[in-house]
Amino acid sequence: MSILVNKDTKVIVQGFTGKEGSFHAEQCLAYGTKIVGGVTPNKGGQVHLGQPVFNTVSEAVKATGATVSMIFVPPAFVADAVMEAADAGIELAVVITEGAPVRDMQAAKAYATKHNMKTIGPNCPGIITAEECKIGIMPGMIFKKGNVGLISKSGTLTYEGANQVCREGFGISTAVGIGGDPIIGLSYKQLLPLFEADPETHAIVMIGEIGGDLEIQAAKFIKEHITKPVVAFIAGQTAPAGKRMGHAGAIVSGGAGTAKEKMEALVAAGVKVVVSPAEIGKAIAEVLGKK
Amino acid sequence: MNIHEYQAKQIFAKYGVPTPRGIVANTPDQAVRNASELGGKIWVVKAQIHAGGRGLGGGVKLARSLEEVGQFASEILGMTLVTHQTGPEGKLVQKVYIEEGADIKDELYLGVVLDRAKEMPVIMASTQGGMEIETVAHNNPEKIIKIAVDPAIGFQGFHGRELVFGLGITDPVEQKKFISFASKLYKLYMENDAEMIEINPLIKTGSGDFLALDGKMGFDDSALGRHPEIEDMRDISEEDADEREASRYGLSYISLDGEIGCMVNGAGLAMGTMDTINYMGGTPANFLDVGGKANAETVAKGFEIILKNPKVKAIFVNIFGGIVRCDRIANGILEATKMVNVHVPVIVRLDGTNAIEAAEILRNANIPNVIAADDLADGAAKAVAAAKGE
Repeated sequence: MSILVNKDTKVIVQGFTGKEGSFHAEQCLAYGTKIVGGVTPNKGGQVHLGQPVFNTVSEAVKATGATVSMIFVPPAFVADAVMEAADAGIELAVVITEGAPVRDMQAAKAYATKHNMKTIGPNCPGIITAEECKIGIMPGMIFKKGNVGLISKSGTLTYEGANQVCREGFGISTAVGIGGDPIIGLSYKQLLPLFEADPETHAIVMIGEIGGDLEIQAAKFIKEHITKPVVAFIAGQTAPAGKRMGHAGAIVSGGAGTAKEKMEALVAAGVKVVVSPAEIGKAIAEVLGKK
Repeated sequence: MNIHEYQAKQIFAKYGVPTPRGIVANTPDQAVRNASELGGKIWVVKAQIHAGGRGLGGGVKLARSLEEVGQFASEILGMTLVTHQTGPEGKLVQKVYIEEGADIKDELYLGVVLDRAKEMPVIMASTQGGMEIETVAHNNPEKIIKIAVDPAIGFQGFHGRELVFGLGITDPVEQKKFISFASKLYKLYMENDAEMIEINPLIKTGSGDFLALDGKMGFDDSALGRHPEIEDMRDISEEDADEREASRYGLSYISLDGEIGCMVNGAGLAMGTMDTINYMGGTPANFLDVGGKANAETVAKGFEIILKNPKVKAIFVNIFGGIVRCDRIANGILEATKMVNVHVPVIVRLDGTNAIEAAEILRNANIPNVIAADDLADGAAKAVAAAKGE
């Protein structure tokens, strides 16, 4: 078991024939992901990486039955691509592209929600169900199959966390990189109940950072609804206020969104909070019992 | 990206948001000419820097004659203005804005920001103008009115009514003026991909008009591509030179106060590395995200920027190699140490794909000040020890 995606998930790629889209689609195919086609306007009818290319998402969905789209289009076209996917009946859009304008994402997400389409990202590594399905740009080999679910705003901290969990002898059920932009698709609050309901997931790693209040919302949710152990790390305890730390949304503004307040909220919700990402693996071993 | 008050007011004017009349000046002579062109008997000479609290720092002066305009302009131009938002080093004032004096009856606050939880812009208004909104939010949160506006419907009449009744504006003519002001502000926020607008204070004059006495605007960097006229307003002297240079090479750099230089791939891991150094008793000298392509050139540039800071006593290179293999990164780091004279210990932690081969490469290279680390904890510990001279 896993959440959202598995070995049977049919995936198309928007921005399929571009440089990034091609490179990562090939890696995903090699991992075993069922990529059944792609979309690049005016290249419909071609075959790319052994898969059919379509002019529109709507055609691609009709021809392939795909339910998930991995989006690699340039930043200025992200909103259009997300809305096209929603309009075509895609159930989950995974947006890898970095640098989409906030106003665009606001409109795109509102439209996606109206069409019951889930979104992951933008500016994220994607989602992976270990040893089954990789939809994104993460290095597949570090995710060994296991029973720890992982949710992270940061790409490399996703890898760091997963790697430590696997080195302790555990593994990953599904890992989701949700991205660090001011407006993102699925967040902790929507993903936590999916892990709670997944019988294969026994513990959850949650990696957050400064800026916004998604981690605070998550803490409230955990307190009320999550029975499985949660280990959390919040990046940016030493980040100066008012500075944007790499991610568009990673900024403490007006004294709000600090690592401290998030860590305190999570501790109060019964979460095992670590002060360094180097402790994630050990903390999982503690909550699940040594292997 | 942020802009100056006088630039924000140019945008306001374009949208019909009322402001006092004003002209920017680079010299005291120009300031005097501007004042006489504006006419009147009272002028305000305002330092143009990207920080609030200018008045308290001596950067805003009321002049009652043209002589005073010249005198204040020459005092303010070239001064290093220190406010609670500039940091102790302050900011050099290179421009002053000469504005006609206004007849202030009431001071209000009006701003537009993105509400990340609601995922839509929110208009914030308060009768407590002239005070920092954070202070008001802390001490008198009930004095702040927040109206979220769904862009799908835009600014409607009811938004306006909630604002004016919330602020206690009872005169129908004034209500109309204020609602028009707020709706124009919302429009310019949306059309220019602003990240935040703050008017503090927004004043009501003796004749019942509303004027933006101050104006602060920031923009979504990701959207600047479609607003070349706003990109043209960029004042590079307001930006940190090292941060700017780093960004030209695709590196994201922020300088901090500590002793351990950090070079990391990914923003989250870069923050996590700083936190780990701090946790182990050291102090990070910077945030540096080298991005997805850590090669010899970017690493060399990273070393160069980190080493400009004389406080740096050790460098911790912490890379989680995914798609980019660690053995290639290791070779890149070795090459970079040949391109840049690195005179402090460099602790290198490479993990991920081909990490074992990478460690082998670093060991075999046998460079005295390059120290290999096994994992994040080990690397941070070694960096802290090296910075302490252990």
